[in-house]
Amino acid sequence: MHMPLEDSLGINLLAANQHRAEHNREHFDAWNLLCLNVMSSPGAGKTSLLERSLAALASRWAMAVLEGDMTTLLDAERLEAVGIPVVPITTGRACHLDAAMVSGGLKLLRQRLDPAGLDILWVENVGNLVCPAEFAIGEHRKVALLSVTEGDDKPLKYPVMFREADCVLITKVDLLPHLPVDVERIEAHIRQVNPRTAVFRLSATTGEGFEAWHDWLDAQRQAVQSSPALLHA
Amino acid sequence: MHEVDMTRCLLLSMNEWKQQHAPRVPAVDRVHLEVGTFTCVEPDQLVVTWADAVKGSWLDGAELVIESVPLVGRCVRCQATYSPDPAEGFRSPCCHHPMEEIVSGRELRIRSVAYGFESAPSPTNPVSRPTAAR
Ligand SMILES: Nc1nc2c(ncn2[C@@H]2O[C@H](COP(=O)(O)OP(=O)(O)OP(=O)(O)O)[C@@H](O)[C@H]2O)c(=O)[nH]1
Ligand SMILES: [Mg+2]
Ligand SMILES: [Zn+2]
Ligand SMILES: [Zn+2]
Ligand SMILES: [Zn+2]
Repeated sequence: MHMPLEDSLGINLLAANQHRAEHNREHFDAWNLLCLNVMSSPGAGKTSLLERSLAALASRWAMAVLEGDMTTLLDAERLEAVGIPVVPITTGRACHLDAAMVSGGLKLLRQRLDPAGLDILWVENVGNLVCPAEFAIGEHRKVALLSVTEGDDKPLKYPVMFREADCVLITKVDLLPHLPVDVERIEAHIRQVNPRTAVFRLSATTGEGFEAWHDWLDAQRQAVQSSPALLHA
Repeated sequence: MHEVDMTRCLLLSMNEWKQQHAPRVPAVDRVHLEVGTFTCVEPDQLVVTWADAVKGSWLDGAELVIESVPLVGRCVRCQATYSPDPAEGFRSPCCHHPMEEIVSGRELRIRSVAYGFESAPSPTNPVSRPTAAR
């Protein structure tokens, strides 16, 4: 038996990750680049999105990719094919990226190039609609993808991801004529859990919708790059 | 699967807390956790992973008590708080406004730890011996 004691802690479970994420963020700001955390369920079209956006934007901006979804080397090869440096992040068998993994990826990235020369750093998260939303990596913006093949109830079933997103991309809209799904309902459900998010409808196959998405990106890049960078101690 | 990660986060915090009591090792009876329903954590699964993870460690036998914190939204139009219902698209029942403000439900917090000390304070560090532990 012992004398019963009780300590009040009030510690956020994610505090340690939060601190590391803030550290990553300080680097991103010192490098004056926009960091995007790209999340979705498996196969919603993250790599296809990157392929098309990277190809379209490479002449305008210097970019690199941290690739967290490396079941094979295939994804990296698809992206390197458009001439953008891709650094794989070692995740073990984790179902999401955390700030420490991204920090490891940054170390590898710095062996290849000076990140201060970049405008945009893309991070493709692990395909998972649940926990990536809870783990900050230091990103400036969270981008969530939802493909039309996933049905219109996903935003209500997995609301946390869509709640946290700064931008939701409804992907594979070229398939809409073949599906019994109402894209208006998908968008309405997204806005119910997150009335403030930007929403775009895209097809990586046809290129439909990419102009508006790229305009949004440009606005985010300007917002981040024009705010004074914090100096890293 | 993410319960494993959450358990790891929990153990990290508990190990830090243990350091505050060094060199004594607190015998932990219960860890009280607040888990919001609008998070990615399943309380039942977390309790199972926890029991598994602490086996053989200094936390062996410590019970994880999870207090579920319900999702509460506030209607931005009329300021009324409400319980957002997924079946209703999380909208406010008063104005059918989308869920803009979340009052609670995002918590993932260690509230408190109930513990004690099994053995006498370490004689190597008599200065820090609390008088109450006589
Ligand atoms: N029809 C159509 N198919 C698409 C589109 N975008 C992606 N796909 C297909 O969807 C499948 C998955 O696409 P990926 O880009 O690999 O998806 P991902 O999210 O990177 O997948 P993981 O990294 O495995 O989670 C591939 O077969 C793509 O060809 C699209 O706009 N239209
Ligand atoms: Mg991919
Ligand atoms: Zn640093
Ligand atoms: Zn996870
Ligand atoms: Zn109201």
